Amino acid sequence: MSRAGILPIVAAVFALACIPFLINSNAVLNFLVTALLLTLAGQGWNVLGGFGGQYSFGHAAFFGTGAYVTAILQVRYGFNAWPAFGIGIVAGAAVGAVIGILTFRSGLRGSYFALVTLAFAEVLRIIASVAPITGAGVGTLIKLDLGARALQFQSRAAFYWFILALVAIALVITKLIEQSRFGAWLVAVRENEDAARALGVDATRVKLGAMTISAAMTAAAGCFYAQYFLFLDAAIAYGPWISVEALLAPIIGGAGTVFGPLLGALMVKTLGEAAKHVTGDVPGLDLVLYGVVLILVVGFAPRGVAGVIARCRAWLTPPAKLAREAAHD
Amino acid sequence: MHLNILFPAIINGLLMGAIYALIALGLTLVYGVLHIINFAHGALLTAALFAAFFLHKLFGIDPYLAVFILVPAFFTLGYGLQRFVVGPASHGNDGNILLVTLGLAVVIENMLLYAFRADTRTIDVKYAFDVVPFAGMFLSVPRLAGFAGAVVVALLLWLLLTRTDTGKAIRAVAKEKLGAQLSGIDVAHIYAVTFGLGAACVAIAACLLIPTYYVNPNVGNAFVLIAFTTVVLGGMGSIPGALIGGLFVGVVESLSGLYLGESLGQIGIFVMFILVLLFRPSGLLGERA
Repeated sequence: MSRAGILPIVAAVFALACIPFLINSNAVLNFLVTALLLTLAGQGWNVLGGFGGQYSFGHAAFFGTGAYVTAILQVRYGFNAWPAFGIGIVAGAAVGAVIGILTFRSGLRGSYFALVTLAFAEVLRIIASVAPITGAGVGTLIKLDLGARALQFQSRAAFYWFILALVAIALVITKLIEQSRFGAWLVAVRENEDAARALGVDATRVKLGAMTISAAMTAAAGCFYAQYFLFLDAAIAYGPWISVEALLAPIIGGAGTVFGPLLGALMVKTLGEAAKHVTGDVPGLDLVLYGVVLILVVGFAPRGVAGVIARCRAWLTPPAKLAREAAHD
Repeated sequence: MHLNILFPAIINGLLMGAIYALIALGLTLVYGVLHIINFAHGALLTAALFAAFFLHKLFGIDPYLAVFILVPAFFTLGYGLQRFVVGPASHGNDGNILLVTLGLAVVIENMLLYAFRADTRTIDVKYAFDVVPFAGMFLSVPRLAGFAGAVVVALLLWLLLTRTDTGKAIRAVAKEKLGAQLSGIDVAHIYAVTFGLGAACVAIAACLLIPTYYVNPNVGNAFVLIAFTTVVLGGMGSIPGALIGGLFVGVVESLSGLYLGESLGQIGIFVMFILVLLFRPSGLLGERA
């Protein structure tokens, strides 16, 4: 990775890592943790949907699998939380690979791909809502066992740094993908799959790889969810809300950009908080706002907030400097 | 299993399947012409169910009479949504249309949630539990009315598409958008009309459903995946396919509910859906691969 590529990531992560030293408010940290959780889930969607152009409407399948595997291994099989976390990510990636093999082999694209991913998430949700191993209707509760050994932290700040580390890893992986040959293939498939195939890109394998990485990232978000909230049921883990939010963040922030999901997640969560202040406990208005923003972004800023920022920069910077920067990249 | 249980289960499946077919009809029509899946279809159904509910509750309008109010209302709503929201916001890009219709679904559903909370509501009509004896069993009158209604709507839709100029224009746009535009057809208008017709189908389905069903802000989700299954099964864009697919799905649901129990019964549909998508995405009756 080039130095110019890694610098913004280091700077952003460093700035975020300093926040607990400046603000010692549980509410703020809790807000940031949920925003970073969404960033991670959204970064997963971004790899497949943003860079690869494959719009999944069922990323809950990976989120829920990660969350359930982490929780069930601890609760029912006595695993330590750390290996359970790792296995959760692997399990999510495996589900992604299996769904990917099935769908991409059958040549499902566009609407069909969105539909079939949605259906897989629903099937998993229904199974989880009746299977005894998930606790069915009662749900799964992870025992409170504070301590780094059990991956449960007393302080919000420790949890915050942990999810920030995961997000940092996801950012670096995404940046690596963006700068690699694999990333170029992925974008080629997004722009025109048939043309990419004609040029010798193995589109099925490229999409499959992207789906596996994508699922792993979103599964990691699910694993973290399980550790942070210590409770799961089918509607939480496999619910449609996570599929929607996971695509909302990258699209609002800028799909197919490294920082899109982070920007989008911060915006989405801020909006959600604002809505909650207006309406109190009545649910619904935050999601109405999300939907409206989604439509507006697709309609007026197709490249999301990152696109708007890029356009403003191009507007403000003298052309000579831009040309120099372009040459530098 | 004994025929005494099996036969009524199949008949009940067919009656429910007719409603599925009606919902799928709207979805398949939109897909056939715009070549996109309208993810807001389920949310529109929820909205229509609420509308039918409140017309009955506040003004005492019978759900079957509400058809004559809701059909024009939802046609207009659908027309407006396509003309002023989905069309302009998606810039003709298929991926964008998916996202915009998903956004609409989120907005509509949660506006209803915000306004009416998550409570489940049912209406109370005199005939809700009326039955007629038929071949040794009892059939629910409102379900039979639903079946008849679905058949009539399918016939009307077929007549509209084959016998009127608008129908001709819709078919022309579905076949060859550019060619249709060159021969003077206003494609944006036809798109919106089609979307409106899809919404009108949902409005009729809602009026036929509400006497025996319930409404809450999530109710559309249960139907929309079934409608997707139906449409995929019958072949995207195929009207006879939607009808046969709907009846088939109704029977499969009824039978798998009988054998697997209520909650697992749904799985039968989804598994069938995934299998068809994977192995025969053009559907059992579809034309294109």
